[in-house]
Amino acid sequence: MPQASTQVPEGYVKAFFRPRSLSDAKYTYCPGCHHGIVGRLIAEAIDELGIQDRTVGIAPVGCAVFLYQFYRVDFVQAAHGRACAVATGIKRANPELVVFSYQGDGDLAAIGTAETVHAANRGENITVIFVNNQVYGMTGGEMAPTTLPGQRTTTTPEGRDVRLTGYPLRISEMLAQLDGPAYITRQSVHDVRHIQMARRAILKAFRNQLEGKGFSLVEIVAACPTNLKLPPPQANRWVAENALKYFPLGDLKVKGG
Amino acid sequence: MTRMLLRGNEAIAEAAIRSGLKCYFCYPITPQGELVEYMARELPKRGGVFLQAESEVAAINMVYGAAAAGVRTMTSSSSPGISLKQEGISYLAGARLPAVIVNMMRGGPGLGNIAPAQGDYFQATKGGGHGDYHLIVLAPSTVPEAAQLVMLAFELSDRYRVPAMILADGMLGQMMEPVELPPPVDPKGIPQRPWAVTGAKGRPPNVILSFDLEPQRLKEMNLVLQETYREIERNEVRWEEMATDDAQILIVAYGTMGRIAKTVVRRARKEGIRAGLLRPITLWPFPYEPIRRLSERVPTVLTVELSAGQMWEDVRLAVEGRAKTPFYGELGGVVPTPKEILSEVKRHATG
Amino acid sequence: MELGVIFAGFGGQGILLAGKVLARAGMDRGLEVTWLPSYGPEMRGGTANCTVVLADEPIGSPIVDAPQALVAMNLPSLDRFEGRVAKDGLIVYNSSLIPRALKRSDVRGIPVPANDIARQLGSPRTINMVALGALLRALGAVPLEAAEEAMAHELRARGRERLIEVNQRALARGFSEAGKYLGDR
Ligand SMILES: Cc1ncc(C[n+]2csc(CCOP(=O)(O)OP(=O)(O)O)c2C)c(N)n1
Repeated sequence: MPQASTQVPEGYVKAFFRPRSLSDAKYTYCPGCHHGIVGRLIAEAIDELGIQDRTVGIAPVGCAVFLYQFYRVDFVQAAHGRACAVATGIKRANPELVVFSYQGDGDLAAIGTAETVHAANRGENITVIFVNNQVYGMTGGEMAPTTLPGQRTTTTPEGRDVRLTGYPLRISEMLAQLDGPAYITRQSVHDVRHIQMARRAILKAFRNQLEGKGFSLVEIVAACPTNLKLPPPQANRWVAENALKYFPLGDLKVKGG
Repeated sequence: MTRMLLRGNEAIAEAAIRSGLKCYFCYPITPQGELVEYMARELPKRGGVFLQAESEVAAINMVYGAAAAGVRTMTSSSSPGISLKQEGISYLAGARLPAVIVNMMRGGPGLGNIAPAQGDYFQATKGGGHGDYHLIVLAPSTVPEAAQLVMLAFELSDRYRVPAMILADGMLGQMMEPVELPPPVDPKGIPQRPWAVTGAKGRPPNVILSFDLEPQRLKEMNLVLQETYREIERNEVRWEEMATDDAQILIVAYGTMGRIAKTVVRRARKEGIRAGLLRPITLWPFPYEPIRRLSERVPTVLTVELSAGQMWEDVRLAVEGRAKTPFYGELGGVVPTPKEILSEVKRHATG
Repeated sequence: MELGVIFAGFGGQGILLAGKVLARAGMDRGLEVTWLPSYGPEMRGGTANCTVVLADEPIGSPIVDAPQALVAMNLPSLDRFEGRVAKDGLIVYNSSLIPRALKRSDVRGIPVPANDIARQLGSPRTINMVALGALLRALGAVPLEAAEEAMAHELRARGRERLIEVNQRALARGFSEAGKYLGDR
């Protein structure tokens, strides 16, 4: 596979590489989608920790399901919401593996709430990357458990009415109450500074697993420009101005730290 | 009545609302998203409850609750979601609660894909969940028929206290056709539900149960179900025949494949092959008897399905060796064209 | 009479709407119609197509092996469907984006510079109605006025009343453009 990017002009030094654990496949995500950024940060963490040959990813249902194509690591596809249970099975069968799940908010916080809460409560030694884009992206923009009050989606055509459908679920705060988890944090990738912070959090969540610390979850407050019907820059701004009000950033639980 | 141009998914939603649907519970899945969206938009305006649940498991149990409370209720999904509903469907059957479940089938097994398929026939007609039960299973082949059968599903489900399923596929959900819908049913015409939990005021308590630890009594509960199923088998078998009178080859196909087969029959006849079609409309109860009757004089009965041969088993049970029973199926969401089916018909009609 | 028409193009070229307008126009004139879209994630930014069948008796298959007409809005669509069009059928193709002539000689080809015309009309998104106008002229099964009404209905349903007028002009321009190639009819 020829790589145009490897041709560096005289006098220049190449400083930005495609992570080794990413494949050559081109992202098929929509323009401006944050799945692309998060996917890359995970690959960088895998590279940095040198665990490419013993990492297993879990791609459940949602836009996450396409993830396996973009990595050079083993992957298992899981039923909608069941990633934490599948991860548990893999990790218990072979504790040498580094197991991570990558889940949307519909997947993790609606249909998969039970599996998520119980894996966290068991302190299961896995890494969970939770991409909260406040909507069901793949199926065409229905309400998610994290949809903001008043937000219009295809199943809340008049805007989310909290009296009928409840409030945005702050799953990270819920999980942080449990004794089981080692690390629960909320990050975002809507600008460069936050991408750097998210990068460090993801790295820590993987390192925790290597050190046997137990369940680590990084929530990323993300944008789905397609379903927000906003161009990418405005979608980024939407995250900063609206989503982060409901989902404040920062560490919610750091065991022993 | 005016003709409306509607998608199958929309026609089903509108017909359900006109059937007096009070509570609709769902969880999003393709290819029935338009049904969910239509309900979200329309049902609250028309006095009903729309609620998006946290999962299909929750949605079907909300249906169980609403049915127990005595209202017309429905849920819809597509294959993977219908699998999750099986536990709740078994409970509905056991507790003898009327409800309507729509399955717009897609490619499977597992996550499969979102293309049209008919791989859930066994699940729909042979039980699906645990225990000895059946659903009334209706298989529309056009958009107008989908609307009609939704109204029938509510009616039959109420009459027999047996949950009813609309079994269609993604193609019917997505395609548009002109539909004429009858006016909304008169609420007074909807059967009374003296068994419903409405508060034990001036009457002994009503209890909705699907269990009995005493085997003899559970057996009796089961016998009531079985008697109901026999009655449904006697009264409710529905099918359509086309050009069967002089057929030398009979196609048996349902739903989307049933309508595509009509084009095949017309073309075969133009080419001098006397093809006919039997299209089951109820998949349970299955039209064993008309197929048996035809198999006495038609030498070849070709089953065509978007599966590896599920309804085929019922066709063979009906034919009982009286005719040849070849099968043609497609898998994975691939839909054969009329030309491809025609060449199968030719092969078997002459061979 | 049974006519199958395939509309194909990029997602965003208004292919599904063009098909829907034809189907609705047919329905309004008392015909049986089906409209079948390609669906799914492939449509997001990818190619889209839909099949419309118009008939004077109940329609069996909504899938068409050999359409009587193809509307191809871009080269991949023409490449994909040209071979399938029925002999003596019709291909309306968007010559603004399709740099080649037809390979088939047993069909009627109608090149329509849909993007150029739409740009002249000041509304680039009307390319679908330009192409549909041309198709209507060549097909002859559904009158232009029926399509105008159907288009207005669809746009009204989407809250886009203000676009009705320019889309009407687009239909008319496409209709007269096709006349250049059908002068003898
Ligand atoms: C059991 C089951 N129910 C529903 C679906 C349909 N489905 C596919 S993706 C999805 C939601 C995805 O939303 P989210 O998890 O928020 O991820 P996103 O696509 O937004 O990244 C649903 C409901 C399914 N595949 N399986």
